[in-house]
Amino acid sequence: MNNDPVDSRMIERIQNHPKYQELVTKRSRFAWTLSVFMLLIYYAFVLVVAFIPKTLGTKIFAGSVISVGIPIGVFVIVSAFILTGVYVRRANGEFDDLTQQIKEDTK
Amino acid sequence: MRRLIEVLFVAVVGLWGSIAWAADAAKPENKLNITAIIMFFIFVAVTLGITYWAASRTKTTKDFYAAGGGITGFQNGLAIAGDYMSAASFLGISAMVFAKGYDGLIYSIGFLVGWPVILFLMAEQLRNLGRYTFADIVSFRLSQVPIRTLSALGTLCTVILYLIAQMVGAGQLIRTLFGLPYEYAVVIVGALMILYVAFGGMIATTWVQIIKAVLLLTGATFIALGALNHVNFDLEAFFRSALEGVKASGLADHKKVVAENKDIFAPGGLVSDPISAISLGMALMFGTAGLPHILMRFFTVANAREARKSVFYATGFIGYFYILTFIIGFGAVVLVAPNPQYVDMVKGTLMGGNNMAAIHMAHATGGDLFLGFISAVAFATILAVVSGLTLAGASAVSHDIYANAMRGGRVDERVEMRISKLSALVIGVIAIVLGIQFEKQNVAFMVGLAFAIAASANFPILILSIYWKNLTTRGALIGGSMGLISTVTMVVLSKTVWVDVLGYKDPLFPYKDPAIFSMTLAFVGCWLFSKLDSSSQAQAERALFAAQNVRCETGVGASGASKH
Repeated sequence: MNNDPVDSRMIERIQNHPKYQELVTKRSRFAWTLSVFMLLIYYAFVLVVAFIPKTLGTKIFAGSVISVGIPIGVFVIVSAFILTGVYVRRANGEFDDLTQQIKEDTK
Repeated sequence: MRRLIEVLFVAVVGLWGSIAWAADAAKPENKLNITAIIMFFIFVAVTLGITYWAASRTKTTKDFYAAGGGITGFQNGLAIAGDYMSAASFLGISAMVFAKGYDGLIYSIGFLVGWPVILFLMAEQLRNLGRYTFADIVSFRLSQVPIRTLSALGTLCTVILYLIAQMVGAGQLIRTLFGLPYEYAVVIVGALMILYVAFGGMIATTWVQIIKAVLLLTGATFIALGALNHVNFDLEAFFRSALEGVKASGLADHKKVVAENKDIFAPGGLVSDPISAISLGMALMFGTAGLPHILMRFFTVANAREARKSVFYATGFIGYFYILTFIIGFGAVVLVAPNPQYVDMVKGTLMGGNNMAAIHMAHATGGDLFLGFISAVAFATILAVVSGLTLAGASAVSHDIYANAMRGGRVDERVEMRISKLSALVIGVIAIVLGIQFEKQNVAFMVGLAFAIAASANFPILILSIYWKNLTTRGALIGGSMGLISTVTMVVLSKTVWVDVLGYKDPLFPYKDPAIFSMTLAFVGCWLFSKLDSSSQAQAERALFAAQNVRCETGVGASGASKH
């Protein structure tokens, strides 16, 4: 909300803090990389479904009834969970520490 | 406080009375399910108790809209998962796996993968920039009145469409499960959700959602374990018996699968062409990131750290839940499809309708008592989800339209809360009336339309306002409106409405999901009209971006948790 009192000089001090630039660059690079990762996994899956759906029906080994589509589907679900875990781990550690330092330095 | 107790008391007595009355009125073919009603009653009693407790803690607008910011990441993760695990996704996705096999999994994956992206690009930004609604973020540096109005419109469209679909589903489901007449079911759901929201605000809405999420996850786990136990937890045997189940099935859908020699473990006819597949994927993924009742949950935690954790837990719970629905769907092929107790072998349909696969599975794995439990959980699920929707709609009216667009943010908190409670009542009544009106209509398109509007109107302006310095009020207004109007137009002209609802012969728009076109239009509109905007207001808005970004990245100036 615009009407929250935030000191404009403090904003300026934060912007000029070297760690702030480091935080912004690192965090956004990490966030976008992971997003692209997730989008790649998902849209690769969607494109297979759209163009070569039969591939997913291949059996995992001769004599089995289980298709490769099943473990692949479960993999997409699990990868979503793992990627969120990877992000939260780094953001709640490294990025939060950086933020804390910036806040303390610019008080 | 005294009045509240009276209202709650009257509500409970009235509910009991109406159920007892309905028992007499119920037609003989709808046998009243006593176990389910008793269990549901326990749920209602507990949640009304929570509402009573929540009401005593709801003193400020922050308590009302955002549970005072005191929900933990784990609790919020459960609540978000609860919002997402609606009766439609529990019954609908397991039913889709049951009838079509692998296609059900494609759907659930689309619903899930939006979450990581929300976490990476939006969760902490939402928390750091917003207070009660997503319009707070979009209007952070843009002009309040037009942006709030547009966002509120997007919110209300999404909420009302989603609510009608839930209400119609609730009426039909409860009629089948509990033997209650349709209108009674809709009125009971509507009345309870108004009570939760108007008296208990976000605190009650969140706890109702958490309790329901735990019940639903527990129930679904037991059904899935029952299905796997049947084959001694041998996956190969499980899927093999599903193949045999299809062959022995009395269901017309399954007979078709056998006749056409289709592979139930590979993609079927759900997505027929690449454009539809990608468009559906976009609507599911980005629609999630624009659903107002979900976005609202990010304001209930104390800080960015807890907001991130919320999504981590939510993704885990939702992913686990979808794996369960997959097992339940195939389990139903084994245990339900060949059993004349559940399938009308002559007509080739499932007793009680297509969505009953998971419910019959509860009976097949746990008997009458467990069936009662799962039925009560399904009812509770609907209640919890509609409450969240109602609160999101009420917040848009009271916080965005009334307090900010009309009064410029200068309002007495108590007045704003009264407006919000009144809005909850009005939205609830609208939902009840439309829910009854639409009983015989095909409402399947409404959830899809709600997702498409969220993806094409709410999401573009939200994400651009966070990340793109050059977004101006004019750009957001034109782009967002283009997204909203084009989505509604394309859905109305598509097969789902033009042919299935309005009864014309051929659709004027060839695709079921407009997201790929309407989202593109919205983004291009925002970009083009922001670029062309050289007004002094636009310059001022661009200049504010740097300060917004500092707050967005560090949380400086963000509202914390209120102390109680």
